[in-house]
Amino acid sequence: MEFAFTEEQGLLRESAIGFLSENSDSKKIREAMESSLVYDKKVWQKMSEEMGWLALLIPEKYDGLGLTWIELTALLEKMGYFLLCSPFHSTICLGATCLLEFGNEDQKTSFLPKIANGSLQITLACLEPNGDWTPNGITCTYKKIDNEFIVSGIKKYVPYGHSADKIIVIAREEGSNGTEGVSLFLVDSEEKNLEIKKLNTMDQTRPQSLINLNKIRIPVDCVLGELGGGWNALEKLRLYGALGVSAEQVGGAQRCLDMTCDFVLEREQFGRKIGSFQSIKHRLADMMVLVESARSASYYASCMTGTNSQELEEAVSIAKSYCSEAFFKCAGDAIQLHGGVGFTWEYDTHLFFKRAKSSEIYFGDPSFHKNKISNILGL
Amino acid sequence: MRIEFSEQEERFRNEISFWLKENLTGPFDSVIGRGGSGDQTGLFSERVKWEQHMGEHGWTCIGWPKQYGGKEATINEQVIFYEEYTRAGGPGRVGHIGETLAGPTILSFGTEEQKERFLPNIRLGKEYWCQGYSEPGAGSDLSAVKTKAEVVNGKWKINGQKIWTSLAEESDWIFILCRTTPKSKGRDGLSYILAPMDQKGITIRPIKQMTGESEFNEVFFDDAEADVNDVIGEVGKGWQVAMGTLGFERGASTLGQQIAFEQEFETILSFAKENGKANDPLIRNQISEAWIGLKIMRYNALRMLSNNEDGLLSREAMLSKLYWATWHRNLGKLAMDVLGMESEIGEEGIYNLTKLQKLFLFTRADTIYAGTNQIQRNIISERALGMPKEPRGDN
Repeated sequence: MEFAFTEEQGLLRESAIGFLSENSDSKKIREAMESSLVYDKKVWQKMSEEMGWLALLIPEKYDGLGLTWIELTALLEKMGYFLLCSPFHSTICLGATCLLEFGNEDQKTSFLPKIANGSLQITLACLEPNGDWTPNGITCTYKKIDNEFIVSGIKKYVPYGHSADKIIVIAREEGSNGTEGVSLFLVDSEEKNLEIKKLNTMDQTRPQSLINLNKIRIPVDCVLGELGGGWNALEKLRLYGALGVSAEQVGGAQRCLDMTCDFVLEREQFGRKIGSFQSIKHRLADMMVLVESARSASYYASCMTGTNSQELEEAVSIAKSYCSEAFFKCAGDAIQLHGGVGFTWEYDTHLFFKRAKSSEIYFGDPSFHKNKISNILGL
Repeated sequence: MRIEFSEQEERFRNEISFWLKENLTGPFDSVIGRGGSGDQTGLFSERVKWEQHMGEHGWTCIGWPKQYGGKEATINEQVIFYEEYTRAGGPGRVGHIGETLAGPTILSFGTEEQKERFLPNIRLGKEYWCQGYSEPGAGSDLSAVKTKAEVVNGKWKINGQKIWTSLAEESDWIFILCRTTPKSKGRDGLSYILAPMDQKGITIRPIKQMTGESEFNEVFFDDAEADVNDVIGEVGKGWQVAMGTLGFERGASTLGQQIAFEQEFETILSFAKENGKANDPLIRNQISEAWIGLKIMRYNALRMLSNNEDGLLSREAMLSKLYWATWHRNLGKLAMDVLGMESEIGEEGIYNLTKLQKLFLFTRADTIYAGTNQIQRNIISERALGMPKEPRGDN
């Protein structure tokens, strides 16, 4: 048992800190979040060319680095710490993972090298305006006509939908119910009759889109995994989505603690640093317990990616529910302990608070995951 | 990063679990599961026999150096030992204060003669120890101890009072933090003295606690005597020795403790399934939160134990007391909520509480002893987060 990063993994973290502190500081975050793309193309290019991050999870035979979720977790944590605006999570945790797990050899060969070199962005369109994560939420339909599928429906809450080159669309066979008949399609975002509208979001660092599919025509070779057997694939994919978000949340929570520690050691009232008051110190101690425990949960879940799915499922639900609550609590406390300035646009506390909220509901909120845990416990 | 234990470690697991299966049976059947929290003195003499049996077979003090009869077990092996021990229903260890506090202190700070005098009897379960730290006026602020010792006719003469001493009646020895420099204040002028319990200068008075039982005692010293050589470390430098001892308290046993927590959780879970409380959505939510909290306690411990070489151990170890004590206290409350109306009803006899009632009440002490939650938060914020130290009064 050695539940700690190796030296190489430590170096990856160090280089991530170096890169992100330069390319995702407060000014850069604000420029990115206010831009129409909601990420900096040059930074994306550097992430691919200089850092090799987009190739990290992809096996060497598809021009990748062949590393694991443990390295990815280390990296995502730092991305969360620096509040990076980027389609990285959607492209790697969802897109690349989906191809790796469910793609056929042709699909892997065609797309994975492009993800690795930064020329292909993918996202996942699973939710719909009903916001329902259960099978009932999927009302988007497909039917097969000759050598094509005709897909219709509306997808919503699609991360970085506006900049994606390819979209994994979840739809069900016309007339099917429940977990039956669900399929995954890899759709080109330029497809005719496919309309993407970028939505205004409270958290400007995590853009979402509405996608209207009006009888779009998809060739048969665009099906990912087993036709009609996509529900299990989707569930697996969402585990990875949640795992990735958890890692980002750990970083975000740590940043809130660090910013707050710096601030309370600077700010003086009643003739002393406010960090010397127990009311402040005790809250910081509680934040640290949350941050470290969230980190343990996230690391543990990332170690479970190679094991059987039930263990992974439990570990991810533990991580996602705990990290969500930890980040939200720390972000709220950061505002409170910063006092008045914590409420301003100028300080970064609101950016983290908003990210904490959007992350909390992304891939299942704490009550969703606690419910899964209850089911595992046989309650 | 690797969660699994190595093959060699798994072999060690098989060895200890096999030994326990073979040995914790027959004459020792009665002690299985006894001596836990709320039952510290239960079947004490039977548990002494078990402790001696373990000692004879080399299963006590396994982390100690081979020179002193230990196995030099690694942290991982110690973790495995405690896990298997708890899983097998091994009784609360009567020798744990000697093995985890007095022994390591003597190993770190004692002379060769002291090691030879005291360590074998700890390891073999022949002598038992209790702790003389807290006083009525020195709780969270341990450096305010007033118990005095002075050398009279070639012996230490000790006067004063200690409190919250577990197993005082059952112990042969006490280690005492006391003031040996007259009029000294705070951390200076203290010494770490070992005194035999069986003497007329020592009076023990049990403290009746909220469970109706007595697990802690007051210990009075009226011209109690100790050998002049039975000081650990330098005279006047007892604070440093005592702080070293506190450092030994946390470590490998934490995962064994968590298995005991898991057993308590399972009991509560099955009650909830049986009595229908599991259908109450709020209870259901609380149970799943308790489970999440327990699993994360384990992940934290695994990280803490893995990191111990790069100095992070202490950083996260500081969190563990606050974390587990708070979690355990909440579990006690959850137990009562799950039992509902039945939670009030005790066993036959005079104020004889059920196991879960004791859990509920006893866990109120968890967030107080060995550093209250408030003191833990001070420590975390000062040592790990670099916040300014608490201002101290002049006394």
